[in-house]
Amino acid sequence: MAFGRSDRRRRSAAVAPMTLKILVAGGFGVGKTTLVGAVSEIQPLRTEERLTEAGRPVDDLDGVEAKTTTTVAMDFGRITVNEGLVLYLFGTPGQDRFWFLWDELARGALGAVVLADTRRLADSFSAIDYFERRGLPFTVAVNCFDGADRYPPQAVRDALDLAPEVPVVLCDARSKDDARDVLISVVEHARETGAGRREPALS
Amino acid sequence: MSEQDGRAARDREAARWFDDDAGPVVRPYAMTRGRTRTAAEGRLDLIALVIAESRADEAACDQMLSPEHVEIVERCRQEPLSVAELAAGLDLPVGVVRVLIGDLLDADLVHVSRPVPPAELPDEKVLREVIDGLRAL
Repeated sequence: MAFGRSDRRRRSAAVAPMTLKILVAGGFGVGKTTLVGAVSEIQPLRTEERLTEAGRPVDDLDGVEAKTTTTVAMDFGRITVNEGLVLYLFGTPGQDRFWFLWDELARGALGAVVLADTRRLADSFSAIDYFERRGLPFTVAVNCFDGADRYPPQAVRDALDLAPEVPVVLCDARSKDDARDVLISVVEHARETGAGRREPALS
Repeated sequence: MSEQDGRAARDREAARWFDDDAGPVVRPYAMTRGRTRTAAEGRLDLIALVIAESRADEAACDQMLSPEHVEIVERCRQEPLSVAELAAGLDLPVGVVRVLIGDLLDADLVHVSRPVPPAELPDEKVLREVIDGLRAL
C-alpha cells in the first residue's frame, strides 16, 4: 500500500470517536445474530464454533430444529451514529456455560436487549436475572417467529414477572426498522434510568 | 466420478489432510510467546479504539515485531479500530490480540482511546445523540 507520508500523519492524528456498546442476549437460536445483522452497517463479525457431538445433547433444540450451529464466542455489529459516536452491538453467548464472558461484555455497556421467543420464554430468564442483578437497563424484545402464537406484550410482561418500567416490545428480528426501534427503546430506557439516578426523587 | 476426479480428490486430501474446522495450524498463544495477559489489560476493553501513532511507519521494518503485530498497525493506520474488530479481522482470540496490542503500546506504535469509565453511564446529551442517530437510520 502506497500512502503519502502526510496522508498517514493526518489519519493517525484524527480524533477517535467515542464508542458505546449495547448487548443482545437471549436463549439459544432466538435470533440474536439476526437482530445484530439487521441494523449493523457491517456484516456481523463473529467467532462461531460448530456444535460437536459432545455439545449436541447439552443444547436443547426444541422448536429450533433448523439451527445447526451456536455462537460460543461473541458476534458483533457496528453502527456509526455520527462522526464522533460509534455504537457496537454484541450478541452474548447463548449458552450458560459461557457466562464467564458476560461480565467482560457487560462492563461499561449502555444497556441490553433480551430477545425472547414465546415458545421458549424460560430461556430468557437467566439473561433477565443477570441484567436485573447488575442494574443494567434492558428492553425485552419478543421475536415474533413465523408460526409461533402471538401474545400481547402485557402477557409476556406478566409471564416474565418484569418490573413495570422495563419496556416490552414485539419485533421481527430480521427487520431493520424493528431492530432499530428495539435499540431506541433500550437507549431511552437507559436515559430514564440515568435521569432517575442523577436526580433522586425528593422524599 | 471419473478416475481423474478420484485422483484429484485424493491429491487434495494428501495436500490438506486437515480442514478449516481443525482450527489454526499455529497455536494462538505461540504468537504471544506464551503470554496470556498484558499490563494494559484494563485499558483494552472490547470497544477501546486502537489508533496508530505517526511513527508507526517504522513498524514494518522493526525486526522485533511479528507479522501479526505489523498487521495490527497496518489495519489501525487505515482507521481507528476496536479491539473486537481487530480480533475478528485477524481471526485471533481477543486475549491474544490484547497481548499483541500491549506490546505495540509499550513500543509507542499505537495508542488507545480512553473508554467511558465503566461505572458511569454516558451523559444525557450523548444518549440523546444516540437516539437521534438511530432514528435517522
